[in-house]
Amino acid sequence: MGTAVDRFDDKARGLFDRIGTNDVYQGELLRHRPYTRFLHWMVALFFFLALFSGFGIYLPWLFRWFTPIFGGGALARSMHPWFGVGFCFFFGLQVLNWLEPMLWSKADTEWIRGLKNHVLKPEKLEPTETGFFNAGQKVQFWEITIGSVVFLITGIILWIGAGTFGRITVAVSYVLHDISALVMLFGIFIHMYLSTFGQPGTFHSMTRGSVAESWAWTFHPSWYKQVTGRDPRQAHEEARRQMETGRR
Amino acid sequence: MSDRRTLQIKQISAHPGPIPGEGVQRDLEVCKLVDTTTCIGCKACEVACVEWNDMPFTPTTFDNTYQTMPETAWSFWNLIKFNEHQREDGTIQWLMRKDQCMHCADPGCLRACPADGAIVQYSNGIVDFNQENCIGCEFCVSGCPFNIPKFNPTTKKVYKCTLCSDRVGQGLEPACIKACPTGCLKFGSKDDMKFIAEERAQQLREHFGYANAGVYDPASIGGTHVIYVLHDATRPELYGGLPKDPQIPWSYTVWKWLAKPVLGTLALFGLLGVCLHYVTVGPRKSQPEPPPRKER
Repeated sequence: MGTAVDRFDDKARGLFDRIGTNDVYQGELLRHRPYTRFLHWMVALFFFLALFSGFGIYLPWLFRWFTPIFGGGALARSMHPWFGVGFCFFFGLQVLNWLEPMLWSKADTEWIRGLKNHVLKPEKLEPTETGFFNAGQKVQFWEITIGSVVFLITGIILWIGAGTFGRITVAVSYVLHDISALVMLFGIFIHMYLSTFGQPGTFHSMTRGSVAESWAWTFHPSWYKQVTGRDPRQAHEEARRQMETGRR
Repeated sequence: MSDRRTLQIKQISAHPGPIPGEGVQRDLEVCKLVDTTTCIGCKACEVACVEWNDMPFTPTTFDNTYQTMPETAWSFWNLIKFNEHQREDGTIQWLMRKDQCMHCADPGCLRACPADGAIVQYSNGIVDFNQENCIGCEFCVSGCPFNIPKFNPTTKKVYKCTLCSDRVGQGLEPACIKACPTGCLKFGSKDDMKFIAEERAQQLREHFGYANAGVYDPASIGGTHVIYVLHDATRPELYGGLPKDPQIPWSYTVWKWLAKPVLGTLALFGLLGVCLHYVTVGPRKSQPEPPPRKER
């Protein structure tokens, strides 16, 4: 990536580090800095505003109870594009912020091959190559990136309308816009589940920034090694032994 | 019971249930006939439309022709389009066409509309907008082959010609018909209007030298409830953008009635999937976790 982007990211991260604080106690590691958390929740806010106002346009007969939140169907419709602009803006910053850890590696391909084991029979520990993000997270990240581009292009076409772009372009954009939204909605259920109930201890990384060391060596061993310098499997083994002796 | 009749509904946009009162009484299909060959461009129909529908002033533009504005507006539903057509022999033919909603038998606006009850088609053929249910998404604009629905940025709703459904429901003719001084506009049942139109076209072909004269009632959208007699029915584009073969984007039909519910349900499977995952496979916990309680 160009140095201008790096400099911008560093500046933004530094600014938010000066204002924001993290709660990192003993036995914990800092996972998400304030800038990342800020972007994440701004993206989430605009995502849900756009989603709920979009429901009212998608199937008004089913979701008309959503539209009064925005002051009625017509107002929901006229605000929806602005929510979308907010979503794309903040997610665009997040893309810059996360570009490096989200790059695909060979280990990720392996991870995807073993997806069944990750999902159905929980392996107790992630493969040691799993870094800051695992392949599943990367897939979702790039899905949202591509989806946002689709949203942006088709959204602008729908916003400006048939008068400029022609009827057929609008009719096709409308379908692509909806498909992009549905794929993202499908993914977001999985995202919310895995960050809360599915993997206890994850949610705190996006609220106050930290995760437990045991969480780190379990789910992101390579990242654990990178920040602590210790071997994740060894650390886990030690903790296990300690737990057993403590019980005796 | 008085002779006061209400209009019966035939189709409702994006409506999931049955149509209330469908088929209770039989209705004649109505039709407006516009004979472009006898139109003198007086614009009386424009004035009558604005008057009857109580619409505010719409700004006009001046471009050295009789055309007061380029196209219809949310507050101007009826506009005569003036077209100067140069024939092959160099002479000029002045074509005038009263542009308004065509009230298609298969309305593209209604197909595209996602809002329940925002667009209705009456069994007499009139297609009408219900602004109270309109969400202003403007999908109808892209659904319409005739560029008729117009968005009002203040109310954020879409408006168009109603074929004076309020007058027709009371047994009156539309306001434009009442105002026309030449008899170029006629109103009646579709069968009658079609008969008169064909007769006029035949007259034009046989006695006035318009070999291609004919009736514009495009079959590609199931016919319309406003039909034209044209000097040259083979080239309707000459009359200010009248499409020869009007089409409704196929994506609306496929998407709205098939893919939308199916794919929407698939997205919900994400929610179902994670719930089932939690109660069956269970969450993944940070290791080591304390061993399970021993059974006594």
